[in-house]
Amino acid sequence: MKVLAAMSGGVDSAVAAARAVEAGHDVTGVHLALARNPQTYRTGARGCCTLEDSRDARRAADVIGIPFYVWDLADRFHADVVEDFVAEYAAGRTPNPCLRCNEKIKFAAVLDRAVALGFDAVVTGHHARLGPDGLLRRSVDTAKDQSYVLAVLTREQLDRSIFPLGDSTKAEVRAEAARRGLAVADKPDSHDICFIADGDTRRFLAERLGEAPGDIVDAQTGAVVGTHRGAYAYTVGQRRGLSLGVPAPDGRPRYVLSITPKTNTVTVGPAEALEVSTVYAERPVWTGGPTPTGPVECLVQLRAHGQVVPATVRLDGGSFRADLHQPVRGVAAGQAIVAYRPDPGGDIVLGSATISGTATPLRSPVAAGAASPGA
Amino acid sequence: MNYLDHAATTPMLDEALEAYVATAREVGNPSSLHAAGRLARRRVEESRERVAAALGARPSEVVFTGGGTESDNLAVKGIFWARRAADPGRARVVASAIEHHAVLDPVEWLVRHEGASASWLPVDGAGRLTPETLAAVLDEHAAEVALISVMWANNEVGTVQPIAELAEVAAAYGIPFHTDAVQAVGQVPVDFAASGVSALTVTGHKLGGPIGVGALLLSRDVTATPVLHGGGQERDVRSGTLDAPGIVAFAVAVEAAVKTQQEYAARVGALRDDLVARVRQAVPEAIYNGDPDNRLPGNAHFSFPGCEGDALLLLLDAQGIACSTGSACSAGVAQPSHVLLAMGADDDRARSSLRFSLGHTSTAEDVDALIAALPGAVERARRAGAIRSARA
Repeated sequence: MKVLAAMSGGVDSAVAAARAVEAGHDVTGVHLALARNPQTYRTGARGCCTLEDSRDARRAADVIGIPFYVWDLADRFHADVVEDFVAEYAAGRTPNPCLRCNEKIKFAAVLDRAVALGFDAVVTGHHARLGPDGLLRRSVDTAKDQSYVLAVLTREQLDRSIFPLGDSTKAEVRAEAARRGLAVADKPDSHDICFIADGDTRRFLAERLGEAPGDIVDAQTGAVVGTHRGAYAYTVGQRRGLSLGVPAPDGRPRYVLSITPKTNTVTVGPAEALEVSTVYAERPVWTGGPTPTGPVECLVQLRAHGQVVPATVRLDGGSFRADLHQPVRGVAAGQAIVAYRPDPGGDIVLGSATISGTATPLRSPVAAGAASPGA
Repeated sequence: MNYLDHAATTPMLDEALEAYVATAREVGNPSSLHAAGRLARRRVEESRERVAAALGARPSEVVFTGGGTESDNLAVKGIFWARRAADPGRARVVASAIEHHAVLDPVEWLVRHEGASASWLPVDGAGRLTPETLAAVLDEHAAEVALISVMWANNEVGTVQPIAELAEVAAAYGIPFHTDAVQAVGQVPVDFAASGVSALTVTGHKLGGPIGVGALLLSRDVTATPVLHGGGQERDVRSGTLDAPGIVAFAVAVEAAVKTQQEYAARVGALRDDLVARVRQAVPEAIYNGDPDNRLPGNAHFSFPGCEGDALLLLLDAQGIACSTGSACSAGVAQPSHVLLAMGADDDRARSSLRFSLGHTSTAEDVDALIAALPGAVERARRAGAIRSARA
């Protein structure tokens, strides 16, 4: 096949491109320039958007022996990922920008352009398995598994994707890179958010959304127990940085239970009040088989690298509901819920959706964001 | 490979390469006082005389440099500094809006860091600058102008400027006039003295010489403050050990390019005209940019509506055809060309452009290969472009 390898400048995408060549594909490497001004993005070897990363990708392509180009997607990235990130926080939700980048950039803007230019598929260095059965599975390296941020991909997107690294551990990938003479073999993993240069998400949001002081309210007493500088800076389940003036009656720590942008209020309470038994989600994608008409017993994951719990999932039109078999704490709207079916060949992604609200066993549904449950 | 990117760099002439290797085998710093040094110095001075003779300058007016960017920086910054030092009221640089970045960026740097002001001369839809446009700016600002810089011929769209007429306007006001002629030498007749310019940039690798060597022709009556300080070589204007092999090869190439210019322009110009006619036939909606008549013989520059230049480049590259989208930034990302924008093109047209540039090794087979590959590439690139506009 004629394939396009997205090369970030990191070790994973370099080895993925090399493996695609070895598999007999006609491979062209592309580095995505996502920063409008690359100098302002994270420097060093932590992100994937700097000039240094672009050069690393180019050198990897040289070593592999494939053509290499830089594609400018800065405007698209800004509109679809950065602005979405800010807007989601402003709406009281907690977005996952890597997931959005996969959904809107790598497997949409890039894939569409590649197909139009005559390529059959896009190759990336994601740690996930995608075999001939078309099912997306967890990587054998469960610590590095990225199936959670890929679960948003539709059938059409998966059919044009190749993930050559799913059967390898990160350590194996690094060793192979060294063996292949790729200079990025020992380059540190990228982490954090590539477009927040100093890693200070709170300040990044404050610069864009401004200071918006408001009340921190105790869920049990309804009393104002503190003030905040902007509700958008909080995430459900957060404990640190609340600086509450009034101690809790029981003296125990309090956590963010919900964020209400309309009233600019952050509601706090004890840890057990974070417990969620039902998750409502929207914009479902189902790729693990035909769209189910009845309840599905499966495992669900509610945030990147989060715990996995058994649940019953129901799809109804555009809505997605998961009844958890055991309560989970700190479920934030805006994150993805991903349903998996356990499988010895790697747990299979059944589907995913964006969390819009939650409910506890004892209380009525709490909209953890702008959207109401099941809307 | 079918190489259609001679304006980026053109293959070295055999005689230049041989001269380079022969000189590189000899030891000697041209500034050394012993026999080996004297021999190296002799090579440099003979080369200076050859370059001067070929370009209508006096040998003492030839300042060897590390190439076009350095010559442009030396002319723009050096003349600016010297003129302002002599008269603090002269802090304005007048330049065309379509200059190469090697002129644009030094001017912008002077504005940001040296308190300079800039007047950017507009061009028409074909990239032409008129003497009247320059005269109008000088009428208003003559007393504060340090220097004027207008390129002889544009590197992207190939438009050749009326340099002698422009220099005459500058001379009437007594203002030094610099021209970046890296694209012009060997392509069109270039004579330093006859043109009336005070400073002229030329570089080796655009005319069959090596990369990394060039010259600034600088009138004896114009002072330039050095950009590089050191051993005081090149009349104290440009320090640095003289690159004897590079300079010798550069001189050989300049001499050959100038000697064959007419014959070259006739042969390559005919090939280019054929390319243009066949591109327009194959892709009727293609827009031919630049001055249709008064342009570099090897230059063909088009916009392909609905396509992105970098998509076309990728598709043609995959078929062994090398061309260019124009200017590129350090990350390799194509920016919409400031030249096309200055000519009144919108962002989409600027992004949809592609330059094919022919040179001394070009053949009819290169044109055939392009014409065979182009329609398919345009069709594909248009499909990709349609997705972009639909989603944007």
